[in-house]
Amino acid sequence: MARTTSKTVRAKLNGIEVVVPEGTTILEAAEKVHLKIPTLCKHPDLPPTAACGICIVRVKGTNQMPRACCTPLEEGMEIQTHDPEIVEIRRKVLELILSKHPNECLTCGRNGTCELQSLASDFGIRQQSLPSIVPDLPKDESTRTIVLEPRKCIACGRCLTVCQELQNVWALSFLERGIDTRMAPAGDILLADSPCISCGQCSAHCPTGAIFEYDETEKAWELLRDPDLHCVVQIAPAVRVAIGEAFGYPPGTNLTGKLYAALRYMGFDTVFDTNFGADVTIMEEGTEFVKRFQDNQGELPLITSCCPAWVDFMEKYHSDMIEHFSSTKSPHEIVGVLTKTYYCDRKGLDPSKVRVVSIMPCTAKKYEIQRSDDMFASGYQDVDLSLTTRELARMIKQAGIDFASLPEGECDPMLGLYTGAGTIFGTSGGVLEAAIRTAHKLLTGEEFDSLEFQPARGLEGVKEGRLTILGREVRVAVAHGMGHVEDVLDRVRAAKENGDEPAYHMIEVMACPGGCIGGGGQPYGITDALRLQRAKGLYTDDREREFRRSHENPYVQGLYSTFLGKPLSEKAHRLLHNSYKPKPTYRR
Amino acid sequence: MAEKDLSADVALAVRKWQKKRGALIMVLHEIQGRLGYVPREIALELSKQMNVPLARIYEVLTFYNFFELEPPAKYVISGCMGTACYLKGTPQIMQEFSRLLGIEVGQTTPDGRFSLTTVRCVGCCGQAPVVLINGEVHSKVSPQDVPHLLAQCKD
Repeated sequence: MARTTSKTVRAKLNGIEVVVPEGTTILEAAEKVHLKIPTLCKHPDLPPTAACGICIVRVKGTNQMPRACCTPLEEGMEIQTHDPEIVEIRRKVLELILSKHPNECLTCGRNGTCELQSLASDFGIRQQSLPSIVPDLPKDESTRTIVLEPRKCIACGRCLTVCQELQNVWALSFLERGIDTRMAPAGDILLADSPCISCGQCSAHCPTGAIFEYDETEKAWELLRDPDLHCVVQIAPAVRVAIGEAFGYPPGTNLTGKLYAALRYMGFDTVFDTNFGADVTIMEEGTEFVKRFQDNQGELPLITSCCPAWVDFMEKYHSDMIEHFSSTKSPHEIVGVLTKTYYCDRKGLDPSKVRVVSIMPCTAKKYEIQRSDDMFASGYQDVDLSLTTRELARMIKQAGIDFASLPEGECDPMLGLYTGAGTIFGTSGGVLEAAIRTAHKLLTGEEFDSLEFQPARGLEGVKEGRLTILGREVRVAVAHGMGHVEDVLDRVRAAKENGDEPAYHMIEVMACPGGCIGGGGQPYGITDALRLQRAKGLYTDDREREFRRSHENPYVQGLYSTFLGKPLSEKAHRLLHNSYKPKPTYRR
Repeated sequence: MAEKDLSADVALAVRKWQKKRGALIMVLHEIQGRLGYVPREIALELSKQMNVPLARIYEVLTFYNFFELEPPAKYVISGCMGTACYLKGTPQIMQEFSRLLGIEVGQTTPDGRFSLTTVRCVGCCGQAPVVLINGEVHSKVSPQDVPHLLAQCKD
């Protein structure tokens, strides 16, 4: 929350004196002095909805019990965060919530990660003390990316705030009121018929199992069990620095080697890396940029298109931007199509017997793998299955792998060896930074002297920067979190209408706040601190790579010299590029 | 309704209210007043013209019991649940309507002829229990009268 005042308030929490800026909530002040007030509806990413009432505290000298999440601390206040009566009230609140919640923990996808379950455990709830009135509402699996189970909804409002405010998508809403309040797409339609872009941020913020990724782990095991199939797997950049959280590693720990080993242990025949695909994306997209920037072939700014939720959002709401979009496919689609053409050809494999599984931080990738005919460029479905980081973590546990003691493994370098430019794709600003590294070389024949482009880094919703190439100013922007993109697009449109110089030359957009490291399919508990730690893990990986520019990747060079020819060649076009079409949906 | 008419009709209602606070609710009132319910096409059109997200419109539409999302039945049967009528047997009367029509209170028959609702006191407690059929009051109704009341609803 923005606080412009420099005034402070002095107050006491459980007798501990605190001095905090005016406007600080009781909850925030308590966190500062390490007092743990239980919360349920409050999420660190979101403004308080004050829906659940579990964070009530006592203000001494009054009979008030305000909610700590939304009540600012006032001068001289004496707050009691815990006493037997407060605990008893919190327990009652919890029992009320549980009376509306199905008792299905054992078969729920959130078993073990559910915030409601964990509170019930902390409070030692041993019986259902109130009559159960679970609403009879159907499950919605229509998107095949995320699943709505409104029966399990506790009406905290997080998903709505995420969908409406953070992402500006407005697919989810509350219908009805009071005890009948339920989460549903606007007007009670199927989620697939709503403007949902499958970003999955709702599922990453839901405290219970009411919104969950479409689980396809069973399908993955089936592929691995089939002796006639050659199973290929690839991992996205952001997965390696987040999956450790599911195994007790500090956030941001880079577990690439262990992941390679675990995937082989699970039975994958070939282990590739999406980072390699990112390097190829840069070769194609960088060349697209050069054509537009130098040869005036095509519209500027060039807008990145590797985020499928963003592509869907653009096709639905901003289809006037289609000609600005890079036609290059996303990295995992590139690895998919190259597996079933180049790799199969070199290894003498029958592509009809090859299956490609992508491990992604993303729920929208489940949609992307069938989004258009372009995703079948090899003659087969290029990527057969897309699993989220969370699904892979479960599969690793099912496989009985002791992750901690696993030795580091290697990938298959042909479509696996990657550069630092490929790995930073996983964080907001990384695609742009990687593109600059290669575009500079393509335009000038010389390497960009400072590899790291700081203006593209960090968590600011819109980041802008300038650099000079061949004496010309290049203006770039990065937007992440769908709620931030429209300001940038409006600037592009305004410049166009006024006949001005383009507002920017290149724009990177990622649907999820922080980029893929904060993706909708990543381990739970996302906060800005966590986003920064995961991003740091990728920037460290970048610094430690032998090669840090996509065009330096020897296997990428080999791919072009022996198979594709050069970037944007006819073959590259056929396999590595795709087109977009307006998908008019109803207005938000 | 033809698309052009629809958009013009909505525009009229929007123009009348848009400068006022709480315009959305007033516009929805006006539309329901004219059509008896708020169809989805109208909600979509409204979203466009008022620049209000559809999700927000449905939050309002479903928050207030007053708004209807389905076309009203030809015969709307409302049992009075005011204290006097309730004690004099409205629940049993409504049960009989439910049994004969095969629908619950709050539902409409598949052919769109009958819907069952309840209302709070209609202000003629002396006549309890009362049932309204399309706004017309029927007094001192008993469950045995129900078949006869339905038979009066011709075509």
